Amino acid sequence: MIELRNLTRHYGEVTAVNDVSLTVQTGQIAVLVGTSGSGKTTLLRLINRLVQPSSGQVLIDGADTASLPVHHLRRRIGYAIQGDGLFPHRTVARNIATVPRLLGWPKSRIDARIDELLALFQLEPAAFRDRMPHQLSGGQAQRVGVARALAAKPDLLLMDEPFGALDSVIRAKAQSDLRDIQRQLGTTIILVTHDIQEAVQLGDRIAVMDRGRVLQYDSPAQILTQPATPFVRDLIGPTERAFRLLSLTGIGPITMPGEAHGTPIARDATLRDALAECLWSGRDALPVQGGGIVTLDALRANAAQDRQ
Amino acid sequence: MSPPAILVAILGLVGLWLPLVQFKPNRIAAGDSLTLAAALEAGWPVALGLAAVLILGCLRYWSPRLRIVAAALGIAVLVLSLGAAASQLVGPDNKLARVSPASGFWLMLLAFSLMWADGVTRMRPSLRASWLMLAGALAQVAALLLSGQLADVSVMRELAARQDTFAHEARAHLILAFGSLGLALLAGLPLGIAIYQAPRWRGPVLAVLNVLQTIPSLALFGIMIPILGWIAATLPGAGRLGVSGIGMFPALVALFLYSLLPVVSNTLSGLAGVPATARDAAAGLGMTRAQMMFQILLPLGLPALLAAVRIVLVQNIGLTVIAGLIGGGGFGTFVFQGLNQTAMDLVLLGALPTIALALVSGIVMGLLVDQSRATRGQA
Repeated sequence: MIELRNLTRHYGEVTAVNDVSLTVQTGQIAVLVGTSGSGKTTLLRLINRLVQPSSGQVLIDGADTASLPVHHLRRRIGYAIQGDGLFPHRTVARNIATVPRLLGWPKSRIDARIDELLALFQLEPAAFRDRMPHQLSGGQAQRVGVARALAAKPDLLLMDEPFGALDSVIRAKAQSDLRDIQRQLGTTIILVTHDIQEAVQLGDRIAVMDRGRVLQYDSPAQILTQPATPFVRDLIGPTERAFRLLSLTGIGPITMPGEAHGTPIARDATLRDALAECLWSGRDALPVQGGGIVTLDALRANAAQDRQ
Repeated sequence: MSPPAILVAILGLVGLWLPLVQFKPNRIAAGDSLTLAAALEAGWPVALGLAAVLILGCLRYWSPRLRIVAAALGIAVLVLSLGAAASQLVGPDNKLARVSPASGFWLMLLAFSLMWADGVTRMRPSLRASWLMLAGALAQVAALLLSGQLADVSVMRELAARQDTFAHEARAHLILAFGSLGLALLAGLPLGIAIYQAPRWRGPVLAVLNVLQTIPSLALFGIMIPILGWIAATLPGAGRLGVSGIGMFPALVALFLYSLLPVVSNTLSGLAGVPATARDAAAGLGMTRAQMMFQILLPLGLPALLAAVRIVLVQNIGLTVIAGLIGGGGFGTFVFQGLNQTAMDLVLLGALPTIALALVSGIVMGLLVDQSRATRGQA
């Protein structure tokens, strides 16, 4: 469990982070979302003390981290940044090995860990181990960056706009991969983004930040249906809100028995996918792969229920 | 038709028309100038052959490889003609007569060198091929010098008369050029790292080094004489440590001061050029300052550092000539002796090895820079 208590950071007259307190449960993803200059990146960097707090505390499993030397603290916390930040003069394997080497792991353990991580991130170890960063595509480099951050099995993974440098097709894949890997490993993640869609898709909890303060810290559904301030509502985008909410839920709960014509929809599709398909193909009901149907009426009823 | 080759052909043909050698009955007497065709017994066929190579070289379809081979052959023929002309003109037992290369020789040498460079540029050789070509060129020069074919050329005669001093001055030249570079690295690297980490000091430090760099070399050597002379005379023990107003010490100090700016500023720009994301990641993953410096910043800044070494080395090899003026030794000794005696051959004895040394060092360092970039994927 990660607890931030009254974290504050001043730069001269400016208060970049203002009295932020929040708790992230072990194994959850918390997303810090806000416009640029909202203090979200500074808040992230306060956690591994790349920026020193002016006041306040960071507790990992109840222990105050201020007593640890910074480099020891940072070796326990994974760190992945936009545009990967790989060391251009080191091979993929050496990049991933960075923290284990700093911690003095034996070589055999490091090598085993490198192969394990490469396989986890769908990079064939034999093919990728000895590549240089400039020989990787953007998506591959991003995955190596996250693998490097996870190498020493950190308690916590901090990610600063990790998908910011990827094009939209690769980004969607990278997001769902991250979600899968996080579920497998049970890592606690705090992720910074300016993209509310990314926040809704990835976050167990979302903290909306503006001018150094956390305006609302809630589950995605709560943020979408009960925005705490006008700023939060604007950030969500009132016209997009309905679709974002639909994208949170799978079609499982509203699937009912029945028969419908046309191409079936995947069983793990979201309500949003189903609505899009209905509108596009002009059907009132869609067959679901493996049996059952989803109807436009059911979708509508579900949305109305969410609103209340 | 290829424009660079046309330039080469024009230069070379003018060179053929100008005198290849100057023949003098003794070292300081006025002499006769002879073209290649006139100086050699078989002069006409050789001249026509060279002219043919130069003219055919204008053809566009000549491959880079063919150009390099033709240039190497041209240079070999040219230099051997010089040696042969010298032997034929001087005769076996004449110790006084001198045959020195004249304008035509130098112009043709320039023409064939350009042809070589043009070929190499078009070929875009791999690093390996570049090293091999450099080794090949050096072997060609060494073979020509050691063959004895050039023994009767004036410069080689001057060399034969000064074998011992030549070795001594060569050693002094190398010590001054490489020693001052070593000292500059010892002092400049830490200084560059220090001002990288303390940005407030960048302005003042670089300003001082800039001023040092702008002092004209002769003036700097000159001002060393009274300052160091005074120190040697006043500070007890300074003289015994080798401090003096003239000789090798002030030369070393002056060259060291000139080297500081390139070393410090390139260290700084090399470190500052490391991608911000790599630095951020290194800190965020828990490297200490020293680990970040030695594992990330310095290796990534290495190409800029090697570029500084290249600049300094080439600059110092040239500047060391001036050390000859204040008794510092080096090839400059021959240059200034020759100037005093109006003996051009002696000037050449100092100038040619200096040029060769600077050229080879520059090429070697350039290849090392490319190599360090290639292994980092920055090529």
